[in-house]
Amino acid sequence: MSEAGTLAVLEAARASARAAIEAFGAEHLRHTESCGQVILHVAPPLAKQVLAWLQADPAHRFDYLTDVTAVEYRDPERPLEVVYQLRSLERRVDLRVKVPLDPEGTLQVETVTDLWAGAEWLEREVWDMFGVRFRGHGDLRRILMWQTYDEGHPLRKSFPLRGHRSRAEQTRQALAANPEAHYTLEEISIHEAYQELPPDMQERLRRRMEAGS
Amino acid sequence: MTPRTVEFDVRTPAVDSSGRLVQAPLGVARRASEHVAEDFGADHMLINIGPQHPATHGVLRLVVELEGETVRRVIPHIGYLHSGFEKLGEYRQYNQIIPLTDRTDYLAPMANNIALAMAVEALMGIEVTERCRLLRVIAMELSRIISHLVWAGTTGIDLGAFTPFLWMFQERERVYNLQEAWTGARLTTSVARVGGMMADIPEGWEAGLAEFLRTFPATLREVDAMFTRNAIWIGRTQGVGVISAEDAVNWSLSGPMLRASGVPYDVRKDRPYLGYDEFDFDVPVGEHGDIYDRYRVRLEEMSQSVRILEQALARLEPGPINVSDPRVILPPKSRAMSDMEAMIFHFKQVMEGIRPPAGEVYMGVENPKGELGYYMVSDGTAKPVRWRIRPPSFLNLSALPRLCEGALLSDVIAINASVDIVMGEIDR
Repeated sequence: MSEAGTLAVLEAARASARAAIEAFGAEHLRHTESCGQVILHVAPPLAKQVLAWLQADPAHRFDYLTDVTAVEYRDPERPLEVVYQLRSLERRVDLRVKVPLDPEGTLQVETVTDLWAGAEWLEREVWDMFGVRFRGHGDLRRILMWQTYDEGHPLRKSFPLRGHRSRAEQTRQALAANPEAHYTLEEISIHEAYQELPPDMQERLRRRMEAGS
Repeated sequence: MTPRTVEFDVRTPAVDSSGRLVQAPLGVARRASEHVAEDFGADHMLINIGPQHPATHGVLRLVVELEGETVRRVIPHIGYLHSGFEKLGEYRQYNQIIPLTDRTDYLAPMANNIALAMAVEALMGIEVTERCRLLRVIAMELSRIISHLVWAGTTGIDLGAFTPFLWMFQERERVYNLQEAWTGARLTTSVARVGGMMADIPEGWEAGLAEFLRTFPATLREVDAMFTRNAIWIGRTQGVGVISAEDAVNWSLSGPMLRASGVPYDVRKDRPYLGYDEFDFDVPVGEHGDIYDRYRVRLEEMSQSVRILEQALARLEPGPINVSDPRVILPPKSRAMSDMEAMIFHFKQVMEGIRPPAGEVYMGVENPKGELGYYMVSDGTAKPVRWRIRPPSFLNLSALPRLCEGALLSDVIAINASVDIVMGEIDR
């Protein structure tokens, strides 16, 4: 991009960040930059409000959610951050919103699935990989790891690269596991059909649910 | 893109209410079949598709709830190919991550390699050389062509057209030969390095590419002739899997999926990288947001890629492919052996790796399947704190339940094909 174009985009993102700080107060919001990209840090209680405002306000119109992810730093003093990459498709402006959470505390933020439908799987992935709970998400299941996976959340820094258990133990458990236990009946629910199933199939589904829960 | 010219003049034999054979427009025939589903009443049926099924384009499992033949709900299950690339990246030096990117979207490996190098270069503020830039544009556009070829071929097979698949794979093979000549690998290319490329193109490579560009458009025209006005193709794709522009934006779709719905966003045009703004090309945009428009968009994108490739090839001049920056590129061997400073740089780079300053960057590029984003966070050490892949087909696939609502079971296969997924990238 031409230098003037890059500068104009950067200025527009700065203006949005400054407007958000003005609207919600400098004690909860902060604006930094890295590599020519604008980052808006928002305190967790305000996160949902600020995101909704950025999406709806006609002067900003961040209508496109590029990505939701999280970062945990190697420095244990630094907070774990939930990261939203926003974009205004009309104005061609990008803005990154970060919500810091205490890695030792309960990792919880409000869901944005009601603002952007695209957040549905992205938030599930952050839950799966980091253990951040999104309040109000209708279907917060693991997405990349399987349903019965119980070793924790792989992208946390406290999670060893090869997992908590030895390879031998992992293999033993994998072979002993009930492969049908990964999905619950609710997940693929047809409740009325359940009563009409033959007894042996009912029994199998019931056992599967017990094993899976 | 021009409005459809074939929307109403394609007809199909059908039976009207009094039992007479008539020539009905295709749209009407479709509506009639949807009507039949209601006869089956409230009986719901579960169909499991995949994970081992050729029409799911990888290890994707779909649980489909049917009412008659009408889809009431689709629940995709992913993760069968999960390899923890993002976690692995945190334990690797920056250049060592490049082989991992081959294995994400393995239908367009060169584009991934280059995007990763670009992300690290953005962290370090490195500007690549002119020749490197043009070679990267060439690699990216070749990737777009081979990825779209696989898409068109496999989607054709899913809908019952076998021959175009063979034409596509013949053409793809020629690009693979070029990739092999350049990188030594057909699939796992690892072509980029931070600050340059793994190698310059070999002698005679440009002529090979020029020959490909000369003959490839003929295949595109053949595909166009086979598909664009084909009654079966139109019947299976027009009005199927529709998503409006507003919904496409809300679902974070990107690439051809977004543009087929009429949203003209292309990273190459709107946040240009690698000097794409200097190239003369058009971004095709659909208007109906159905499978047919996605097909038209991808077909036209291949032609536009040919245009970009021709321009890039014409501009390609001899020169260095690597920046002369001792932080990222090893000094020449002769200097490392004779010059103390070069020796130190060599040692530091081999022993410690590339060390970008603390900071973070989101680098989005227009990959064949949509916007690929690498979000890289560095704390000043040789390994990233976080390497996040924003996988385009993950987000495009997340809209599948929405796209399939109310469709027929056979349409699920067509819609799933039209999303253009690659599971390596979705599961990572």
